Amino acid sequence: MLTNRSKVMEKKQMTLAERLYLPAIAGGMSITFRHIFKKSATVQYPEQLRPIAPVYRGLHVLKRDEAGAERCTACGLCAVACPAEAITMTAAERKKGEEPLYREEKYAAVYEINMLRCIFCGLCEEACPKEAIFLTDRLILSNYGRQGFIFGKDKLVEPMDNPVDVAKRQTPEVLEFKKDKTHQHNLTINDVVDEG
Amino acid sequence: MTILIFKIILVLAVFGITMLVAMYSTWAERKVSAVMQDRVGPNRAGPLGLLQPVADGIKMFTKEELIPEGSNRWLFILGPGIAMLTALLTGAVIPWGGDVSIGGEVFALQITDINIGILYLFGVVSVGVYGIMIGGWASNNKYSLLGALRASSQMISYEVAMGLSIISLVMMTGSLSLREIVAQQDSGFANVAYQPIAFLIFLICAFAETNRAPFDLPECETELIGGYHTEYSSMKLGLFLFAEYINMFISSAIMVSLFWGGYNFPFQHELGLSANALASVQTVVFFGKVFFFIFFFMWVRWTLPRFRYDQLMNLGWKVLLPLSLLNIFVTGVVMYLNGSLK
Repeated sequence: MLTNRSKVMEKKQMTLAERLYLPAIAGGMSITFRHIFKKSATVQYPEQLRPIAPVYRGLHVLKRDEAGAERCTACGLCAVACPAEAITMTAAERKKGEEPLYREEKYAAVYEINMLRCIFCGLCEEACPKEAIFLTDRLILSNYGRQGFIFGKDKLVEPMDNPVDVAKRQTPEVLEFKKDKTHQHNLTINDVVDEG
Repeated sequence: MTILIFKIILVLAVFGITMLVAMYSTWAERKVSAVMQDRVGPNRAGPLGLLQPVADGIKMFTKEELIPEGSNRWLFILGPGIAMLTALLTGAVIPWGGDVSIGGEVFALQITDINIGILYLFGVVSVGVYGIMIGGWASNNKYSLLGALRASSQMISYEVAMGLSIISLVMMTGSLSLREIVAQQDSGFANVAYQPIAFLIFLICAFAETNRAPFDLPECETELIGGYHTEYSSMKLGLFLFAEYINMFISSAIMVSLFWGGYNFPFQHELGLSANALASVQTVVFFGKVFFFIFFFMWVRWTLPRFRYDQLMNLGWKVLLPLSLLNIFVTGVVMYLNGSLK
């Protein structure tokens, strides 16, 4: 009785008009007829996309830094934070000459997210101390098999020639905080080079 | 000789038009259901999805054909054949338009004007149930058998009320020829003005005869997984479905001919058209009326839920049958009183 919309039904004999069914049928048909002139709710999907929030949590991206080196250091915090246990990784040590590829001495040789397990909560993004993983507004495409939903580095790492913009996922406060170079993790590779 | 050529052309034209209408009824059904449910419907194959029936046809023809083990092979093939044959046969007695004159000779736009047209229709339609029954029985499947049983008992029950509803009309018109009945409605009111109850009964029975919702118990998808055509695949399934749409088209045409003046339209003789022009306008009017009834069939389908089986039987035997008998009685009394009883 919260809304006062409930209606107490009485069990009684139907009147002749009700037993004829025809008035009720006419009423129903007038409803369906009126729907002909209503706007259709269809979104013509591939051509037409529904608007999504700027902070939409879709397909993950493994970011590179300004110089194009992978930011991920395979610390495993995202895998620990993941409530669905969707993330697995294998760490490897950076060899000499690989400095342009990997930002720090350790990197993820294998980094896999099982998109069927992932619940897109964004906790990996929150856990990451290196700003390496972000969720983006891209969608996960359908696939024929389960194996196809295990996304490796080939799909996750941001392409060199086509950077993924994640600025929308960072609030103005965060962007402001990142300018504070007294915190070590806010230093970019250029800052490190400048200081020697 | 010319009459033979004309009839051959007419037969082919009626066949082609029937097939075309049935084809595009499948498209229209989807569009009607879509707009009534605030959707768009088929719109990928061609403009407005108009090539959808063609795509469906190609799909039907190229799909693998399965004849289940333990089925009666010949009856299994015969079933859809009979359904399609009887559906197409009924188009022969329907007057599609007025007379046309070609090279001084007058032809009727009707394949054959047999003087027992209505009886012929009923005869052919009642053979139609064999297609469903044989197909369902030969499938060697419980669902199919149940569907076939339901179909045959439903069609037999409703044929009684349908036939009786026509009797009051026949008493009034004094003819069983469809051409004659349509010609009587040439001026003045259409028959529905005199026999509204008969029309209502006929309409309801037509829904049951064509196995359309709300009387689609023989093929209810939810309980019987398609009913009598559960085991059918490929174009044999297509023929069953196609026969249903042809039946819908023909039922609409019969209803229009018997009750809604056929190809006649108000003030048709005041227009001063030549015979041929009038005949072509009449044909267009006839198809307009038929298309409205096809739309009505679909409109009802997407509005009403399916009847329960006992409700169906109660309606047929306990409501429609007494009502049609009463209608015959009232018609007789009125005719006796106004002296038109011969």
